[in-house]
Amino acid sequence: MAYFEMVKTALRTVLQQPVTILYPAQAAKKTPLSRGHVIIDESRCISCGTCQRKCPAQAILISKEAKTWQIDRFRCVVCNSCVDTCPVKCLFMDTQYTAPAAVKGVETVTITYVKPPKPEKKDEPKQ
Amino acid sequence: MTKQIIVPFGPQHPVLPEPIHLDLVLEDETVVDVIPSIGYIHRGFEKLVEKREFPEYVYVAERTCGICSFIHGATYCQGIEQIMNIEVPERAQYLRVIWSEFSRLHSHLLWLGLFADSFGFENLFMGVWKTRERVLDFMEETTGGRVIQGTSKIGGVRRDISSERLDQMVKDLDVLDQEMKELTTVFLHDDSVRHRLRNVGTISRDDAYHLGACGPTGRGSGVAVDARKLGYGAYDRLNVQVVTDSCGDCYSRCAVRAKELFTSTDLIRQAAKKIPEGPVDVKVTGAPDGEYFMRAEQPRGELVHYLKGNGTRFLVRSRIRTPTLSNIPPLIKMLQGCELADVPVIVLSIDPCISCTER
Repeated sequence: MAYFEMVKTALRTVLQQPVTILYPAQAAKKTPLSRGHVIIDESRCISCGTCQRKCPAQAILISKEAKTWQIDRFRCVVCNSCVDTCPVKCLFMDTQYTAPAAVKGVETVTITYVKPPKPEKKDEPKQ
Repeated sequence: MTKQIIVPFGPQHPVLPEPIHLDLVLEDETVVDVIPSIGYIHRGFEKLVEKREFPEYVYVAERTCGICSFIHGATYCQGIEQIMNIEVPERAQYLRVIWSEFSRLHSHLLWLGLFADSFGFENLFMGVWKTRERVLDFMEETTGGRVIQGTSKIGGVRRDISSERLDQMVKDLDVLDQEMKELTTVFLHDDSVRHRLRNVGTISRDDAYHLGACGPTGRGSGVAVDARKLGYGAYDRLNVQVVTDSCGDCYSRCAVRAKELFTSTDLIRQAAKKIPEGPVDVKVTGAPDGEYFMRAEQPRGELVHYLKGNGTRFLVRSRIRTPTLSNIPPLIKMLQGCELADVPVIVLSIDPCISCTER
């Protein structure tokens, strides 16, 4: 027979500071590995389309002609698949969540990558 | 004869985290029969396997359930690895055990909190969820996600835990153990809790066995079933203790889960001690051709992933049998003959996870 087993724990928590934080007034607890949202370095993206193919949620759309990289933040499940598979490592995972939005829409980034000119072939006659 | 009436219970009910609908056939206040119906949140995950390449489907498989997510992902990966005969590095297998056991801790703590809430012990509910936050913090620190870890992949794991972090983790487990001990004392010894749960929703060992109870629901009735004893992953090198209780009432099921918290921390300690150095993944080439039934132990019981591939990048068939599905027939048996006021507690005592049941 035991009554009031909880009292000791309850009294201790009364004397302690609250364990919850006042998000968003206070920043959320984040670690270096936390998955918040995907960001792109548009100056390095080669528009290969790997991230679009590997996205399980089909949130990414790449247009080679218009040179744009689009992401639908409402479809993205922040799984890190695109970041892992990007061949030029131009995608990164930011630790903070995206801000809440009232309207659904896609985020478009214009790719500024310029293909470096091919080194000119030396026209040396074969000997 | 008393007039029978039908009272609908769910799919929206304060005690239910997820939608299940039960038609309770009552005679006065006594439940004489129950007609269950599910199907409110079917999402077509099994069909999606034909539309996503098998390495990407890991992310989908992991999102089958929001609580035992890591174990779903790991089970799917192990199934594919078995079809393709991939030898997974030792370290990856141990890391999967560590994360699986942390998932179990987090799931059981979540359930203990909800259960306390179902019998009106709000303070205990808050206390348990405060402790659960420690487990989630560890998950986020090592994998990047609090609930959806996303670290399992075909051929190994995506992230490694450094040996210093593992040492720190084992030290932190002592604090966690201490906190859990205080909380489980309330569940196991407090008289008001015992009074509410003893002899409520009793199911005998034979009934539980024949109706296919699995996991803590079966173990609470004395059926010593635990898929971890099959020795998948690194479990064959660890000493897995199967916790059972003989009474088969709500208190027994609560006691089994409360005691399993400590077997989980024990398994994590064993794994952290035995974990070898080495790579955490191997390169995977080719595509699965064949079929496999992968069985694993989830916090709620035995999980089965059936996978079939035909040598292309897309699987042909995936079938997921979750423990809640096989725990619904025992639940019906438990509810027959109980009082209407006991129904919420009994329904919660099987730890229903309807989202993953309907996939």
